[in-house]
Amino acid sequence: MNTKIKSNASSVTFENVTKIYGGTVKAVDKVSLTIEAGTLVTLLGPSGCGKTTTLRMIAGLEMVSEGRILIGDQDVTKLPATDRDVSMVFQSYALFPHMTVGENVSYGLKLSGLSKTDTKEKMMAGLELVGLKGYDARLPSELSGGQQQRVAVARALVLEPQVLLFDEPLSNLDAKLRRQVREEIRDIQQNLGLTVVYVTHDQEEALAVSDRIIVMRNAEIAQEGTPRDLYDRPADAFVADFIGEANLLPCTISKVEDEIAEVNIGSIDLKLAARGLGAGSAKLAVRPGRIALSARKVSHSIPVKLMKSTYVGNHMEYLVKGEFAEIFVISTEMNADLPVGDTVYLKFREPGPVLLPEG
Amino acid sequence: MTDITAQISRGSAGTGTNRVVLLWLCIGMVGFFLLPWYVQEDGFWSFEWLVDGYPFDSDYASAAFLLGQGIKLWLAPLALFLALPLLVLGRHKTDPLFAKILLISGIGGLSWLLLQGFAIGIKGWQFGIFEDMFGPLGDRQFGLGYGAMLLAACFLFMITIGAAARGAVNGDIFVVSSIGFVVAIVGIFIFFPIVGMLAGALRDNDGAYSIFIFMEKFTDRKIWGLGCLSANVSCGVAWNSLVLGVIVGISTTLLGLVYALVATRSGFKYSRLLRALTVLPIITPPFVIGLAIILLFGLSGSITQFVADVFGLTPTRWIYGLPGIVIAQTLAYTPIAFLVLIGVVEGVSPSMEEAAQTLRADRWTTFKTVTWPLMRPGLANAFLLGFIESMADFGNPLVLGGNYDVLSTEIFFSIVGAQNDQGRAAVLAIVLLTFTLGAFFAQRKWLGKKSYAANTGKGDGGAHPLLPRRLKWPVYTIAAIWTFMTIVIYCMIIYGSFVEVWGLKNNLTFRHYIDAFGIKWTENGILWVGSAWNSFWTTIQIAAIAAPLTAMLGLVTAYLLVRQSFSGKSAFEFGTMLSFAIPGTVIGVSYILAFNVPPIELTGTGVILVLSFIFRNMPVGVRAGVASMAQLDKSLDEASLTLGANAWQTFRSIILPLLRPAILAAVVYSFVRAMTAISAVIFLVSAEYNMATAYIIGRVENNDYGLAIAYSTVLIFVMLAAVGILQLLILKSGKTRLSSI
Repeated sequence: MNTKIKSNASSVTFENVTKIYGGTVKAVDKVSLTIEAGTLVTLLGPSGCGKTTTLRMIAGLEMVSEGRILIGDQDVTKLPATDRDVSMVFQSYALFPHMTVGENVSYGLKLSGLSKTDTKEKMMAGLELVGLKGYDARLPSELSGGQQQRVAVARALVLEPQVLLFDEPLSNLDAKLRRQVREEIRDIQQNLGLTVVYVTHDQEEALAVSDRIIVMRNAEIAQEGTPRDLYDRPADAFVADFIGEANLLPCTISKVEDEIAEVNIGSIDLKLAARGLGAGSAKLAVRPGRIALSARKVSHSIPVKLMKSTYVGNHMEYLVKGEFAEIFVISTEMNADLPVGDTVYLKFREPGPVLLPEG
Repeated sequence: MTDITAQISRGSAGTGTNRVVLLWLCIGMVGFFLLPWYVQEDGFWSFEWLVDGYPFDSDYASAAFLLGQGIKLWLAPLALFLALPLLVLGRHKTDPLFAKILLISGIGGLSWLLLQGFAIGIKGWQFGIFEDMFGPLGDRQFGLGYGAMLLAACFLFMITIGAAARGAVNGDIFVVSSIGFVVAIVGIFIFFPIVGMLAGALRDNDGAYSIFIFMEKFTDRKIWGLGCLSANVSCGVAWNSLVLGVIVGISTTLLGLVYALVATRSGFKYSRLLRALTVLPIITPPFVIGLAIILLFGLSGSITQFVADVFGLTPTRWIYGLPGIVIAQTLAYTPIAFLVLIGVVEGVSPSMEEAAQTLRADRWTTFKTVTWPLMRPGLANAFLLGFIESMADFGNPLVLGGNYDVLSTEIFFSIVGAQNDQGRAAVLAIVLLTFTLGAFFAQRKWLGKKSYAANTGKGDGGAHPLLPRRLKWPVYTIAAIWTFMTIVIYCMIIYGSFVEVWGLKNNLTFRHYIDAFGIKWTENGILWVGSAWNSFWTTIQIAAIAAPLTAMLGLVTAYLLVRQSFSGKSAFEFGTMLSFAIPGTVIGVSYILAFNVPPIELTGTGVILVLSFIFRNMPVGVRAGVASMAQLDKSLDEASLTLGANAWQTFRSIILPLLRPAILAAVVYSFVRAMTAISAVIFLVSAEYNMATAYIIGRVENNDYGLAIAYSTVLIFVMLAAVGILQLLILKSGKTRLSSI
């Protein structure tokens, strides 16, 4: 049994794509993007941001109102889903309940005109790939949620599509399975070198599986980059707050020299990458986990008042009030005895705060 | 080591398109070259023509043979349009010429076909203007037959394939063709007859159009007179119908609500049994209730006689007229209101009522301030349904009306009576249609899609509170009385079928059954000597042909409505649901006016009966399809599409198998409804194709109640069996319940 599932990975390109519903509602507004062949790219954003519409336009389930879509070099803008070489794993898995697992996986193969024996071998190979060898005679209703998920993946994979799409594939699984299944998806994608476009609203999931992440907001792309780019160098307050949490603190840039800004925030002076900003007021994004609190004064620290302290098992959450704002802090130091109401000392840790434009 | 080299490829649709073109082209060719062009006098299913002079006899010849003989030359351009698609067979569908040529062929061919059909009739030119232009025509033609039907279909699908190639509805041939097909047949069999009838109302007896004639007929005192308010004459039929409709609408709504409350909020152990009530109107021919009422309250009715004996009152004919019709219709249509309202009452989320109770409202206050206001739109819906049903009812007013004339029976008597005034029938039909359409519009406008949503709205846990005490006893009492009455009515029907002559000879006998359904065994096999067999088998046959067609049409329409989006969809939905609001009598009148003459000659055939059932019952099929398709996860279709299936493959291998229970239900319901229908049927039956209901009404008019009731009883049991078998089949597949419709 050496039938292999191959990859025909192709790139996906959007050129100024706009989708308008009902004449007025813009679901996607002049989006241009490129997804490299063989990469896993996540579309991330709050609900209603246009990420699912974007995915469905790649599939051909929605037609663009303006602009062009290319898969590889081919212009597929006008092609319906049937004629596009793209398959999709649905949030609900969409397994056909009246067909066995094997029939589900064979469905697309048969329609592609493969012979019976080829279809069967491909189907078996597909099921083996997702670890469901020997399950082909069962009905989807006889499988657990995680297994159904894998059948849906196998069904999409065996067609060796140019692009494989995932629409929130983990949202119907319980928390423990999610981590496992997302690793499996990532492994298959990397082993076969597939082009995968993945939609989720869970930023942790996005950070864990992606080569690149496209953050969307209000029908537009807010920022695009590697997970580390987005986390450490968010372009604006929205991205900073959506990917991981962030304290957004008002600050002042006193001067900029050689792309290094001198920043005043309360009584602390910091030297940070200017990121194209000039002197004037700006925002500082600080991750809650990159702040240290101590009972005693240390260098470069400022005194703050401890308002609230919450024990949540694997870390502590604090709310402190400083001279400039309330700040949310996460600390893995479980044994620091910081009484509520006392004054404690706050210090930014490396890699430290990031400058963001005002507003 | 097997290395799979088979290429998995998409986009082979190019050649597929050509296959579809080729298929329809062949069908068109068969229609043009082989099959008889004109309608066959012996009926649609008769193939006598095959051995009787075909292919040269001009009555049986195909269009090509006619042209070959140098007659009916106006058919020649069709050959040109039919040949055009041959040019595109080698082309790819993305070639702009492909779409263009198909569109020219289809639109041109279809237009020419219709134009010549309407322009040239039995007497030659149909319109004077053509005679003036081209001089008198020495030739004439009859209605279109098989050949024309196939060719028309060929042209229609050339248009849809061409439109699909142009990118309409994502370029899917199946979807575009389905839309085209549904629009075409709804146009031919609903809009064309109705519009024709409107035109008929504007014509005087010589066929000249005149708005004055229409106004004169329309403002007739017999329609709008209000004499009953002041003097001792009867009011106009329009007012009679309106009053009847409003009373029945209110009474069925209230009774339906009472039942719905008992079924869901009484804690009554056997309340589920009440749901069996909803089956009754489906399996009961509409006038049967009226017959039973006569057995009870008529001059020689049991209760009338009993009261006369005990109190010494002279029996009167009080039941004939408004009271009788109201009682009969209320009995007949309460279950329909119940069916609607049970969804409404269950649709009120229990958590809202529980919320009210935790906010210190007692049961009565909860009912008054939360439950009742939430139910109000549903009540309005039930009222309008009852109103439409009552207005459209023909059987009960016919049996029980006495001097209380209503629109539906007046229409009938204008056509079949001594008057034979088609113009008057058309005017009356327009008045009736205005009322029912008004109610239909009101329902859609105020209540929107609530009729669909009511069933799908799942409660979010929690239990409905029981009825408050001050409601409980009145509700129970009314429900008990009415249930008792329903049971008595059905017992009367069965008992009455065994009584020799009701009120005169009260001995029991099988005579009626033997008269109707007698069988004799002879050497030549079984002899069906009973007088009812003929109409019985015709009914079964016609209903059995109509049922699967109705279900298919309803399902395809539902698929288009639920799963596809295309411009003009709301108009499409409106058109397909419209026939629900068109009373059967109106359909009947418009059909005999429209299909009596070429180009479509159907009067007196079985086909016209089948068609009337399909389009009368289509909304039922559509609703069933919409309801069950709404429960199918849309991503199943989308998964199929992304796996490379086109819309047709998705429909066939995903949607159809999953909707099997719904399809089955739709088939059985269309079958049963076709068997019980009377209002449209009574205009369309002929000596050859008589239907059970029309036959029974005929017996009633001859005062042969015994046989009529015996026949009705048999029908009820046949349909009960059909519904029972359906329930069994559905229970087996275990996917949906009867009440989901």
